[in-house]
Amino acid sequence: MTQEIAIIGAGMHPWGKWGRKFVEYGVEAAREALADAGINWRDVDFVSGAATMRCGYPGYVAGATFAQALGWQGAEVNTSYAACASGSQALAAARAKILAGQAEVALVIGADTTPKGFLAPAKGERPDDPDWVRFRVGITNPTYFALYARRRMEIYGDTQEDFARVKVKNAAHGFTNPKARYRKQFTMEDVAGSAMVADPLRLMDVCATSDGGAALIVCSLDYAKKIGKANAPRVAAISTVTPTFASAVIEMPDLATDSAVVADAQSFRAALPKKAYEEAGIGPEDVSVAEVYDLSTALELDWMEDLQLCARGDAAKLLRDGATKIGGRIPVNPSGGLACFGEAVPAQAIAQVCELTWQLRGQSGDRQVEGAKVGITANQGLFGHGSSVILKR
Amino acid sequence: MSDELKPVLEGFFTTGDKPALLGSRCTKCGTYYFPKLEGFCRNPDCDCSQFESVELSRTGTLWSFTNACYKPPEPYVAAEPFEPYAIAAVELDKEKMVILGQVVAGVGVDQLKAGLPMELVVESIPDLVEPAGKLVWKWKPMTEGGAA
Repeated sequence: MTQEIAIIGAGMHPWGKWGRKFVEYGVEAAREALADAGINWRDVDFVSGAATMRCGYPGYVAGATFAQALGWQGAEVNTSYAACASGSQALAAARAKILAGQAEVALVIGADTTPKGFLAPAKGERPDDPDWVRFRVGITNPTYFALYARRRMEIYGDTQEDFARVKVKNAAHGFTNPKARYRKQFTMEDVAGSAMVADPLRLMDVCATSDGGAALIVCSLDYAKKIGKANAPRVAAISTVTPTFASAVIEMPDLATDSAVVADAQSFRAALPKKAYEEAGIGPEDVSVAEVYDLSTALELDWMEDLQLCARGDAAKLLRDGATKIGGRIPVNPSGGLACFGEAVPAQAIAQVCELTWQLRGQSGDRQVEGAKVGITANQGLFGHGSSVILKR
Repeated sequence: MSDELKPVLEGFFTTGDKPALLGSRCTKCGTYYFPKLEGFCRNPDCDCSQFESVELSRTGTLWSFTNACYKPPEPYVAAEPFEPYAIAAVELDKEKMVILGQVVAGVGVDQLKAGLPMELVVESIPDLVEPAGKLVWKWKPMTEGGAA
């Protein structure tokens, strides 16, 4: 019995800082995905939403909020929350429902409206809250990304120029992407001239937060065949594994890693795609294109190694050789990545799958990765959440 | 003088000549935790809920480092004008864990390198209530011979 489902529709509201309600972005993305699939909203029998924590109660019940905004039509609803992996969890819920024969067509949807400026922890003395504690002693969000970046420099000899190359590459990729927020072809000088935030990372090495919305229409293979879309891209794997003790990489908001005195040290990031490859029966050598979570430029290089697209320490060499740009051996972030989008948490993992859907259909215009057959996504967020999705055609 | 200052967080570290971070150690499997853990051991193969309070190793090896070029948001209390400070991630050999902390004042990222031996010290940071500030643990590169 097949474990695959088909993606027959993809849609996105452009990323930006629009200041409107998240529901509007979601509805626009959903309508675009429905039109793309060529089906009616009433044909959807399951709505799988990714929650947002920043938009009040409607955000906690995002699935129902979107279903109501699109017009109640009696579908079943679900809402998933898994930080940055929320969109993948929503996709996994839809897949489970479809493969169990309990639904035929699902809308997978996420959208967010982000506040201006930096997020700060709630007020008051709260020494039991790890997030409060680390801010109290001066450990901010960029600290963690900068520690990973500096570790690469110290161990592998990566340079700040390498990190800037990631930004320049992704800016060139996203330059013509109509869904991207930042569409400017930044130069090495632009990156080097931006303010240092957390050495070695500059302002242009770290991603912003954005408003945005993304949606997918997924269905059983039988349904896809029935409506003449038997060749639609398929979801071959969804991995949402937790870390395994002892997690050896310092993670936001912690002040310490697990202690590995009685259990072997483990890498969470590497575990995510490993499970996806196993589930899909596909290896890294089969991958034609990857969309990874470049919360920082340097993190894209870590992901390339976690996805086993190259050996540990070789990511910067691939980048310098041009292997990861469109036209190279293994293009990474043809959408422009978070560098061009900024992060809209519940929509981002879905947006990664939207990009791969268009790539696998050959509809990406001048972002097109020629002959893309297998695509993989990867992301990681707070509290042991992360995901990796494999699409194939 | 520094002995009179209060710690920024109660129960996180000792002060004095040989300050140390205070952690927990599972009495059954021996896994260490920082900050102190109450409740249940997080080793999936251990069902223990008894911990002993332990002083963690005072020295370790620099795993990675960075700095804060901008004033962090509250609850951090920054000096005015803001002085950037370095941050270290230090690997403790015995406990097999990495612990974060600021680097002592006067040491910048250009003086740091992965693999450097580091020692735990206490230093004051600004506080809203205490004019002289409060004490926090910091990491300091060890000089020749290891004395600090």
